[in-house]
Amino acid sequence: MRTGDQTLLRMTGIVKEFPGVRALDGVDLDVRAGEVHCLLGQNGAGKSTLIKVLSGFHQPDAGTITWNGEETSFSTPAKAIEHGVATIYQELDLVPHLDVTENVFLGHEVSRAGFTQRGQARTLVRDLLARLGHSEIPPTRIVGELPPAKQQVVSMARALSRNTRLLVLDEPSAVLDQEGVANLFRVIRGLTAEGVAIVYISHRLEEIREIGDRITVLKDGRTVATGLAVADTPTSELITLMTGRSIEYVFPSRPKSDHTRGEVVLDVQDLGLAGVFAGIDLKVHAGEIVGLAGLVGAGRSEIIETIYGARKASTGTVTVDGSRIRRGSVTSSVRAGMGLAPEERKSQGLLLHEAVYSNITVSSMARFSRLGFLDRGAERSRATELTTSLDVRPSGVGRAVRTLSGGNQQKVVLARWLMRECRVLLLDEPTRGVDVGARSEIYQLIRSLADRGVAVVVVSSEIEEVLGLADRVLVVREGVVVHESAATSIDEAAVLDLVMEGKVPA
Amino acid sequence: MSQDSARVEQAALEADRERGPVLALLRTSVGRNAGLVVALLVICIVGAVTAGDRFSSTDNALTVLRLASTIGVVSIGMTFVIIGGGIDLSVGAIVALSSVWCTTVSTQLMADDTHWIVMVGVALLVGGACGLVNGLLIAYGNIVPFIMTLAMLASARGLAEIISDKKTQILGAEGADVSGFKDFFNREVIGVDAQIWIFALVALGGWVLLNRTTFGRRTVAVGGNPEAARLAGINVRRQTVYLYVLVGVCAGIAALLLVAKTTTGTSTHGNLYELDAIAAVVIGGTLLTGGRGTIVGTVLGVLIFSTLTNIFILNNRSFSEQSLFKGAIIVAAVLLQQRLASRSTTT
Repeated sequence: MRTGDQTLLRMTGIVKEFPGVRALDGVDLDVRAGEVHCLLGQNGAGKSTLIKVLSGFHQPDAGTITWNGEETSFSTPAKAIEHGVATIYQELDLVPHLDVTENVFLGHEVSRAGFTQRGQARTLVRDLLARLGHSEIPPTRIVGELPPAKQQVVSMARALSRNTRLLVLDEPSAVLDQEGVANLFRVIRGLTAEGVAIVYISHRLEEIREIGDRITVLKDGRTVATGLAVADTPTSELITLMTGRSIEYVFPSRPKSDHTRGEVVLDVQDLGLAGVFAGIDLKVHAGEIVGLAGLVGAGRSEIIETIYGARKASTGTVTVDGSRIRRGSVTSSVRAGMGLAPEERKSQGLLLHEAVYSNITVSSMARFSRLGFLDRGAERSRATELTTSLDVRPSGVGRAVRTLSGGNQQKVVLARWLMRECRVLLLDEPTRGVDVGARSEIYQLIRSLADRGVAVVVVSSEIEEVLGLADRVLVVREGVVVHESAATSIDEAAVLDLVMEGKVPA
Repeated sequence: MSQDSARVEQAALEADRERGPVLALLRTSVGRNAGLVVALLVICIVGAVTAGDRFSSTDNALTVLRLASTIGVVSIGMTFVIIGGGIDLSVGAIVALSSVWCTTVSTQLMADDTHWIVMVGVALLVGGACGLVNGLLIAYGNIVPFIMTLAMLASARGLAEIISDKKTQILGAEGADVSGFKDFFNREVIGVDAQIWIFALVALGGWVLLNRTTFGRRTVAVGGNPEAARLAGINVRRQTVYLYVLVGVCAGIAALLLVAKTTTGTSTHGNLYELDAIAAVVIGGTLLTGGRGTIVGTVLGVLIFSTLTNIFILNNRSFSEQSLFKGAIIVAAVLLQQRLASRSTTT
């Protein structure tokens, strides 16, 4: 082992609760100086919340953090930085219009009497970049002009400029090509040799095999295994640790026979979006639920947004009930009978300050208007019928949507498309931010929509959700469909294996 | 974190409940408008005390309303643009251009055969066309509304100067028969000027349009959350174009009122109308960020400003003092609005 045995960070029994959700429920993690510690777990297992606790963005509700042998708390991000914890998020937080030096020293500029010492700062940055093995990046270059891989190096230089002792990397390889990953690993090895500890989050097992020393596995907010030596743990054991859930969701039963399956409603052919995904073929029948499984960033959301016309396809066609949809036009998609419940419900789905009823009728206003004048009485009464049958609480269609909980807001979005009597319903992460209790209601609702003859496409990061809800499953990895089968003929472990390694299950 | 914001929101709602009914009421639009009515009453009392009968007479009330009508019509259009998430800085310049263009029709082109209705049509058409250019370039050219309408502000007034040769065009100077025009806009109906009736009709029409039609609902949706509106199937770009055409037509109507009032068309008409209109809309409780606002609030905002101007004039105070006071009122109103809004939109 390359590591010294000195424990730098020890987190014990960390609990973090959000209303309705226990995001962390007793997490243990210990990280040694000079090691690469891999954090593994499915989406929603609590990895993001854990690193936010570690970097001072969230305060744990229970548990202790020991840093270098002393109990401490990271009460603010500044405090965490002061202790030497630096985090590099997936979404790089650089200022694109500033140059490399200005970005590295953002917030702690090299200055004397209030004047920035530009020359000195550049020399320091040159040293840092050399230490990271990237002396070819000019300190005066505007960051926005650099490719993502080099921007990541700048981010790391920023972390090092603050005397970092623990570096958290959240899916760092997501923005990199093969050569970039090799460079990244070279840098990581250099850092660990200097005694810096690395917490490395990735879904790619082959990377973990190459760079990691030890592994901690999270599931449903708990640590299920910690300190596993990478060399001694077979992949099958890791997959087993990550799958299987302590909470069982109740999924509605599928229709008994295949005979109920209707004609093809949604027909997608050779759909592609330059640089994101390509060659998507998809036929969805009336009454069928098709699930898209894959990691965040695999292109799932982009696929359904492109089907919907919210993004303009670069190749391919989308047809609903035989009529072709104009590329990149949401208006014509909606007219043809498509509906989308977007991933970001608050920012993309709802008019938060408007009343429940106007959120429900917004896509079917034509039905309630004559010569442009709205019949608000009819709007309210039809909306009330829907909210009653969907059990939206609290009742009362006049209240602003923002006062509803996540699950009830999702019901409002679904009610909108019920009102529209849409033919195709696209659902992006339908249970995100929805309380555990309300989930089965949402599942039930989606199934009953399908039973009425709607063709449904569901995207979800939670594999169990896709498998439990859908009739047919497509697995997407890096913009390509790598597997397609009936939902009942594949299990969670096999899907996880597919999205992580891209191999056909044995 | 959606859970976080949900919790914050919940906390804000609970805090409201504890803070008592007055604040909770002020957060509703009805409550805010009631607040504006109180403010207007206070101003009226000040007027009655300082200027006595010269203020509190029917004649003076009509004077205030006449003062309010031109800027009021522009402000109604501005309310729609701002609720729809935009801004229009070019309204004053469009008023100038429309006034020049429609008086040119009466003084030059086949002046003798020109019916006065043509003047009306020309003013509305010029206003609408300027709005169309604004709207198309903002919606389809992706130019920021502030910049686009700033450019229109410069060029529309420039064009007005070119057409009029920087001269004041006097209505009917060349012998054309414009008495029909003057008669129509200056007549009295039930003791009230046609100008005031036109403002009232535009305001009423605006209220109906905003609160009772699909157009109004779409405007609120587009301004409140353009992405959600787009994904719900609303044609956001087309709606944006309509909004700028609407405010342009309103500026055209205002130009007609001005031409009738002053019997002239000039490139200096409508100077700084954009600021007065935006001020009235903001005082009226419409959020500059879009998505929320009321016509009633805007009408009250316009009345507050014109009543203040009237009181200043009656008391022989200077225009400069007036401006200073107006500025202070705008800041106070916005500060109050922000305090209320921050409690309701915490995320």
